[in-house]
Amino acid sequence: MIQPYSWSRKLFVGFNYTLLALLSLLCLLPLVNVFSVSLSSAAAIEAGKVSLWPVDITMKAYEFVARKHEFLISMGISAKRVALGVSINMLLTVLTAYPLSKEAANLRFRTGYAWFFVFTMLFSGGLIPSYMVVRNLHLLDSIWALVLPGALPVFNVILMLNFFRGLPKELSESAFIDGAGHWQTLWRIIVPLSMPSIATVTLFAIVTHWNEWFYGLIYMNDPIHYPLASYLQTIVVRMDMSSISDPSMILLLSQLNDRSVRAAQIFLGMVPVLCVYPFLQRYFMSGMTLGSVKE
Amino acid sequence: MSRRNWRLEWPLHLMLVPGLIIALIFSYGPMVGIVIAFEDFIPVKGIFRSHWVGLEHFKYIYYLSETREVLRNTVFIAFMKIVGGLVAPLITALLLNEIRIKSFKRTVQTIVYMPHFLSWVIMAGILLDVLSPTSGIVNQFLSWLGFDNVFFLGNDQWFPYVLAGTDVLKEFGFGTVVYLAAITAVNPSLYEAAVLDGANRWKQTLNVTIPAIIPITILLTTLALGNVLNAGFDQVFNLYSPSVYSTGDILDTYVYRIGLASAQYGVATAVGLFKSVISLILISLSYLAAYRFANYRIF
Repeated sequence: MIQPYSWSRKLFVGFNYTLLALLSLLCLLPLVNVFSVSLSSAAAIEAGKVSLWPVDITMKAYEFVARKHEFLISMGISAKRVALGVSINMLLTVLTAYPLSKEAANLRFRTGYAWFFVFTMLFSGGLIPSYMVVRNLHLLDSIWALVLPGALPVFNVILMLNFFRGLPKELSESAFIDGAGHWQTLWRIIVPLSMPSIATVTLFAIVTHWNEWFYGLIYMNDPIHYPLASYLQTIVVRMDMSSISDPSMILLLSQLNDRSVRAAQIFLGMVPVLCVYPFLQRYFMSGMTLGSVKE
Repeated sequence: MSRRNWRLEWPLHLMLVPGLIIALIFSYGPMVGIVIAFEDFIPVKGIFRSHWVGLEHFKYIYYLSETREVLRNTVFIAFMKIVGGLVAPLITALLLNEIRIKSFKRTVQTIVYMPHFLSWVIMAGILLDVLSPTSGIVNQFLSWLGFDNVFFLGNDQWFPYVLAGTDVLKEFGFGTVVYLAAITAVNPSLYEAAVLDGANRWKQTLNVTIPAIIPITILLTTLALGNVLNAGFDQVFNLYSPSVYSTGDILDTYVYRIGLASAQYGVATAVGLFKSVISLILISLSYLAAYRFANYRIF
C-alpha cells in the first residue's frame, strides 16, 4: 500500500508533526515553567529571567516547604486518606459490581438494585443537605468524612461490572460445578482474572482521593485536619500565607520569592499523580474504553 | 441456573449490602434534606421543626437579578466548553491518526492526556502563575510580541473565554484517546477498498474515518449536553475572584457563596434543587437519545 508521497502530502505531514508537537508543548510548558520557578533564586525570578529553565538553581524553596509543619501534616493526612479510601473504594466496588454483573434471571431485583445506584449519579441532595448528613453523623473533623461519602464510586462500579461481564461464563460455571460458592468464585477466579481492570480502577481511586480538595475544605473545621489538596487550595489558590512564627523560617522566607514557594508546593502536590500516571495511561489506552463506551 | 434458587442467590444480595448502606446514607440521606428548600431553615431547630415557607425561596430567587446572570453564565460557559471539547479532540485524533512514527504518536498522546489527571487546584495554582498580569510567562511572551498585558483572570470580559480555553486544554487529551480508540477500531478492509477506488489519504479520511466515528461523536456530545448546567465548580471556584463574578459565577459556585458564606441555607438549597431537577431531566433526555440513536446503555 506504500505510495510515493506527493508534494502536498509532504507539506501536510510536515505541518501535522509541527502542529502536534506544538500542542504537546502547550500542555507541557506550564508545568515546566512552574518547575523552573520553584528551583530559581529570588533575584532571578524578580528580574523576570525565569521562563523554561531554572536560573541560579537553589533548593531553598523546597527546604522551606520541607520544614513547614502544616505542609507535612497535610501530606500525611492525604497519604492516610489514599490508603484507607482506596481500600474501601475497591472492596465496595468489587462487592457491588460482581452481583450486578449477573443476569436478572440469577439475581432477583437486579434492575432495581442497578437503578438504585445509578440514580445517585443522576440526582443528588446538594451541598447543604450533604453537609448536614455528615455533621449529624459526627464525622466533621475526622478522616471518615473524607472517605465514607465517596466510598462507593458508581462510575467505577459500572466499569468493573462491564468488565466482569466480558469474562467467559464457562469459568464461573465450572467453578460452581466443582462446588465453589459465589464468594470463592469471586475471590479465586473473577478477581485474579480482572487484574488489568482492577488496576485501572484502583489507580482512578488513588488519583481521585489524592486530588479531592472540596470535602476537606467543608468537612474540616480546623485546617490542621486538611488533606494536602485542601491545604494547597487555601495556601496556593487563595494565597493565604498564614502566620509563620518560627524565626528561622522567617529568615529563610526573606531570601525567597513567594512565587517559588508556591511553585514548589504545587510541584510536590503533583508528584504522586505524575508517578502513577505512566501505569494508569498504559492500561487506559488499551482497554478502558471497553467499559465506558460500548459500541 | 434458570430456576431461581434462593440458597445460591442470597450471597449475592449479601454482597450488595455494604454498597446499599453507603448509598442510602450518603446519597439518599441528603435527598431528605431537600425539604430545607421549602422552609425557613434554622440550624439549631433542625429540619423537622423549622418554619415551613412553601415556595418563598423559589419566588425570591426568581426575582433576584443575579439569578438570570448566573444562569446565563452557566449555560454560556458550559456551551463553549462542549463545543471546544468536541472540536479539539476530534481534530487532534484525526491528525494523530496520520502519524506514522509510533513513538511520536505515543509521546503526544501521553503528554496531552496528562493534564486530565491533575486536579483543578493544581491547575489553578499553575494558571494563576502562568497567567499573572505582571510576572506570568504568557504576558512576558505577549509583551515580547509587542502586545499589552492582559489580566486574564481578573478581567470579566476575558474570564469566560479563559475558563473555556483552559478546560479544553486540560481535557482534550482525554477525548482524543477515546476518538483514537474508535478510529483504530475501523475495519482496515474499508481503507483497502477505498485505495482500490483511487482514494488518497484525504479522501479516505473524509469517506471512511469520519463516517466511522460519527456515532461516537454524537454519543459523547449528547451526553455532554445533559451536563449543560454543570459548568465546572472545581475550575471556577479555584480561578475566580470578586472582580469576575458578573461573568464567571455559575450555579454551583453561587450556591456555595450564598449557602455557606452568607448562611442562607434555604435559598441555597432551593437553587441547588432547581439545578438538580433540571439536570436530571436533561441527563435523562440525553441518555434516552443516546439509547435510541446510538444504542448506548449505561450497564
